[in-house]
Amino acid sequence: MASPAAAAPPSASRRGIVALAIAVALLPLALPNNYTYEIAILVGLNAIVCVGLNLLIGYAGQISLGHAGFFGLGAYGTAILATRYGWPTPASLGAAIAGVALLAWAIGRPILRLRGHALAMATLGMGIIVAVVIATEDRYTGGPDGMSVPPLGIAGYVLAGERHWYWVVGVLLVATVWLAQNLIDSPRGRAWRALHGSEVAASAIGIDPARHKLSAFVLSAALAAAAGALTAHYSGFITPAKASFLHSIELVTMVVFGGMASSLGAVLGAAVLTTLPQLLTVFKEYEMVLLGAVLMLTMIFMPQGLVPTLGRALAAARRKPR
Amino acid sequence: MLLRAENLAKRFGGVRAVQDVSFALAPGMVHAIIGPNGAGKTTLLNMLTGIYLPSEGRVFLEERELTGQQPHRFAAAGIGRTFQNLQIFFNMSALENVMAGRWLHERGSFAAAALRLPQLRRAERHCRAEALSLLDLVGLTRWADAASDAMPYGALKRLEIARALAAGPKLLLLDEPAAGLNPTETHEIDRLIRELAARGITIVLVEHNMKLVMGVSGHVIVLDEGRLLAEGEPREVSADPRVIEAYLGEEAP
Repeated sequence: MASPAAAAPPSASRRGIVALAIAVALLPLALPNNYTYEIAILVGLNAIVCVGLNLLIGYAGQISLGHAGFFGLGAYGTAILATRYGWPTPASLGAAIAGVALLAWAIGRPILRLRGHALAMATLGMGIIVAVVIATEDRYTGGPDGMSVPPLGIAGYVLAGERHWYWVVGVLLVATVWLAQNLIDSPRGRAWRALHGSEVAASAIGIDPARHKLSAFVLSAALAAAAGALTAHYSGFITPAKASFLHSIELVTMVVFGGMASSLGAVLGAAVLTTLPQLLTVFKEYEMVLLGAVLMLTMIFMPQGLVPTLGRALAAARRKPR
Repeated sequence: MLLRAENLAKRFGGVRAVQDVSFALAPGMVHAIIGPNGAGKTTLLNMLTGIYLPSEGRVFLEERELTGQQPHRFAAAGIGRTFQNLQIFFNMSALENVMAGRWLHERGSFAAAALRLPQLRRAERHCRAEALSLLDLVGLTRWADAASDAMPYGALKRLEIARALAAGPKLLLLDEPAAGLNPTETHEIDRLIRELAARGITIVLVEHNMKLVMGVSGHVIVLDEGRLLAEGEPREVSADPRVIEAYLGEEAP
């Protein structure tokens, strides 16, 4: 993986969060109808996954090829608890997220003691197993046909309508970026970045590599599960495609394209790669090809990703005139 | 004794990198480990910091056994180190590298970090001040906010020392701190080692520069072909015929 850019100082990340909050607040002015709201909501939900995944990939320097598995488990977890067992949706949502976090902890604990590609391979396997289980256990999941999911509701109030969902997802996204950025600028975030920079040097200053890789892994899995569960309640219907290997690759591509070790990059990556296929519906058949091309071109021409590359270019342009 | 190594040995397959090495390090002084290339110096250092598990033998810090523990446990026990091949966190600024070094002292709770509570901000300010004073000590104040991948080699060597110091080690192992440095930079390292010794930090110096070694250290351990060849005060060691032979033997064609 390319050497990551030095992280922005806390003041710069504060400005980034303010900019994101303003963008979320003003975006509705540019959204003409429910369809565009829907895309914006899906962007927000994917962005939450990517901000979490970026903590793991961009900051802690570990790779996961199975995060769609966690996304899918969050989605199906809340759906099954709510429909088959009649749990109230806030409880099923919370239980699904907690369950996935626990699962990620159990999977990550033995794997993260190993170095190198062990995590990539193990998460790849895990993701595929999850997708197969969801597709075959049709008594619970409806199999390949998918299943319907009740709307999110608390004490008689039901969250419905694109505009309401937009604000809920928007606020959650800004909160997620804020929490992620706070962690990055804290001792724990430095421990993650230290592991990425040099694992042997990190352990020489007392950082336990296994423990901190695990914390980034569990946190990113929980965020993926949260976004998955919310997506399920929002869409009202889910299919195994959401847990597929292709979706895992989509998520990694969003992070890499937007810019590793940049929370705003993760948001932007999710925005571009969620919106593009919606606009270019003619390319529907070639989505895989498109994704592969974006990933390759990013690695070749801007290995740092979109936001860090633009940031450096801007800084260089500002310096030049003087 | 601060550190005690008991019959340490390390084999890689059939290669005996270190064999039956025992020594003890008194606190509050500068110790040097010298020897020709391939004598096993770095292997020994890696065993003293938990990176390698010794094939035989044991390591004690203040009579507490550390053998078999993970490297971060060695660090927590009070052993810090730098690396022969730079192991800088190139994804962070110079200041952040040193702040990362304070992990053992300032970690705070997860919730305080996520919500950036006042207690964490206070701790961060303190951490920052400590890191800045260490950068000052090693003469890198003007590089504090620089991206570490933009810094020159000599500065990075000192940045590694500042980061190791940030953990507050009782014993600091410096693996070839002057390698690749020019005479001015080497003089800076010389001054720094004396300053650290004066502050009461016990130092183990692995170094090829004999002038530096003989000038700053009070106790020298000589390794040759993985074995302990001689040890003692610099003057004794440099007069030892076996040591002279080991060095001349290496340099002869």
